[in-house]
Amino acid sequence: MKTRIKTDLIPLALIPAIALVALPLVGSAPTWVTLTVAGLAMGMMIFMMASGLTLVFGLMDVMNFAHGIFISVGAYGAATVLTRMTRQMEAGSLASDLSAMVPAVLAAIALAALLGWFFERVLIRPVYGDHLKQILVTMGGLIVFEQLIHVVWGPDIIPLPRPGAITGAFIIGEAAIERYRVLAVIVGLAVFAAMWLLLNRTRIGLLVRAGVENPEMVESLGYRIKRLFVGVFVAGSGLAGLGGAMWGMYQEQVTAQMGMQVLVVIFIVVIIGGLGSVGGCFVGAMLVGLLANYTGYLAPKLALGSNILLMVLVLLWRPRGLYPIGKA
Amino acid sequence: MLTRLLSGDFPRSRVLTAVLVAILIALALAPFIFPGTRSLNVAAKVAVFVLLVASYDLLLGYTGIVSFAHTMFFGIGGYGVGIAMAKMGPGWGALALGIAASLALSLGIALAIGLLSLRVRAIFFAMITLAVASFFQILASQLSPLTGGEDGLTFRLPELLRPRLVSYYVVFGVALALFLVLLRVVNSPFGRVLLSIRENEFRSEALGYRIVTYRTVANCLAALGATAAGILYSIWLRYTGPDTTLSFNIMIDILLMVVIGGMGTMYGSVLGATLFVLAQNYLRDLMKLASDALQGIPLLPNLLHPDRWLLWLGVLFILCVYYFPSGIVGKLRAAGLFKGR
Repeated sequence: MKTRIKTDLIPLALIPAIALVALPLVGSAPTWVTLTVAGLAMGMMIFMMASGLTLVFGLMDVMNFAHGIFISVGAYGAATVLTRMTRQMEAGSLASDLSAMVPAVLAAIALAALLGWFFERVLIRPVYGDHLKQILVTMGGLIVFEQLIHVVWGPDIIPLPRPGAITGAFIIGEAAIERYRVLAVIVGLAVFAAMWLLLNRTRIGLLVRAGVENPEMVESLGYRIKRLFVGVFVAGSGLAGLGGAMWGMYQEQVTAQMGMQVLVVIFIVVIIGGLGSVGGCFVGAMLVGLLANYTGYLAPKLALGSNILLMVLVLLWRPRGLYPIGKA
Repeated sequence: MLTRLLSGDFPRSRVLTAVLVAILIALALAPFIFPGTRSLNVAAKVAVFVLLVASYDLLLGYTGIVSFAHTMFFGIGGYGVGIAMAKMGPGWGALALGIAASLALSLGIALAIGLLSLRVRAIFFAMITLAVASFFQILASQLSPLTGGEDGLTFRLPELLRPRLVSYYVVFGVALALFLVLLRVVNSPFGRVLLSIRENEFRSEALGYRIVTYRTVANCLAALGATAAGILYSIWLRYTGPDTTLSFNIMIDILLMVVIGGMGTMYGSVLGATLFVLAQNYLRDLMKLASDALQGIPLLPNLLHPDRWLLWLGVLFILCVYYFPSGIVGKLRAAGLFKGR
């Protein structure tokens, strides 16, 4: 994966290319800065939610159609903690805001990871290798858990308050940059960096990468690939939970369907990036995020369809995605 | 005669035969046995969904492809008739134009999706269809001057079709006829090839069948079936909107019906659709009773809340996928075999 990213920079170069093409079209520089930051922030959040899905597919050959449920559960977990922490939220200082947000995000990750563990154990393990049943079973899981969210948290939309320190915007020159979006970019970059280091600089990462390429070989060398599977699945679910918490705070409300709504975009990102490729997923997420924001400003009617258009173009150019992984 | 009509594919189980005959009689005589708007609505919905689910079964059960675009084709049928009737007025010409245009559009899209993405793996096809279907849903809500946006379109039918009784029998008759056509398709040599592709893709190809062609044709046939169902549904409702035809929830409903009824058995779609539509309309009443009875116990009344009926069908769905993939029909047939039939 590392060598691929080094040798093939064209997809990566698409990100600044799109941004530069958009500059004259948008016209005013401050608006462009605002849009670009918004696009990057959106891309980072999508990346957090999508990376687990693509990694799980690359390693285990499992496409989890219920991935959206981890996103929803993460958002609900964060909402539950944050609505209990009104005292810290109202204090107004950055420190007290963080003391509310960190536990909320941790709760989101833990809850989603726990659910991921349950999913792998109970639902997915019996159907490894059978794509048809995987799709059906994970769809079933989606139906059941979406309903269970209603059972536990009630059927209504839950407002998710954003702590004071990250609402509002920085004003740089004439460009207004929402603070929350900066935070999303920072968290997203941190997640990407951590993942990159983990995958490329540690023994576990080596095993995961080897597992993506050839699981039988890894197993015959004496490593328990099943344990690796569980670990990656749980980590991926946790990331989806983190992404869900961030997405929920971005939208300032939480619904049981939100995961399913984002899932379509996530699938598009995963397809654009190349099924199973984390680097491709990152590039794809950035492209989708940027394009959605630019078209949203330039041609609002087109905005919702822009990512489909992008997918079609990418697939015409590279039928297996930006960074195809060996076996897809 | 009966053998010709059912294409030699008999229910092969006494219980199943009895249930199917009962459903057929109930649907055929619905306006007389169950008077009242609600029950007639339920009967028409069952008829439409039997066709819709049967055409999906051709894909999922017989060909082994998962598509999430089936509601899109359902919606194309509904909107085709809806737009034509709403813009051109309640004439036969408009109806014919709407039907022809929607069938042609569906065929074109199904062909394009099939040729582009059926070469690759099942998962890829599922993801692509999900994306395309959601794009279509967005399109329908964005082009509001044409489609009525979120509100949908209400229209009037030609004079002859207006009485409830006539339109019910049109819906029922066409659905029944098309169901028999689908039964014919899956029991033809073409259907056998589809089954062999489902069982062993590599081997079928080695035997000389072009699997992409077969899959694409199956995809087109299923799309046409769904479009016809959409046309019938909008004729029955005299309305087309995102919630009645396009929404993703309907896709989930179709999946539940196919799997619970029985994948790869056309009769499963009859049972699945009937059971599901009945549950949708009447299970809530039962659950309300149970939920009220359990008031005071924590969480349990919530689990049995009338709005949570989908939860229990979802659990049934998962159990079906694991333990009896051929669904209710498969179970009944297996039970028939043990009794020496």
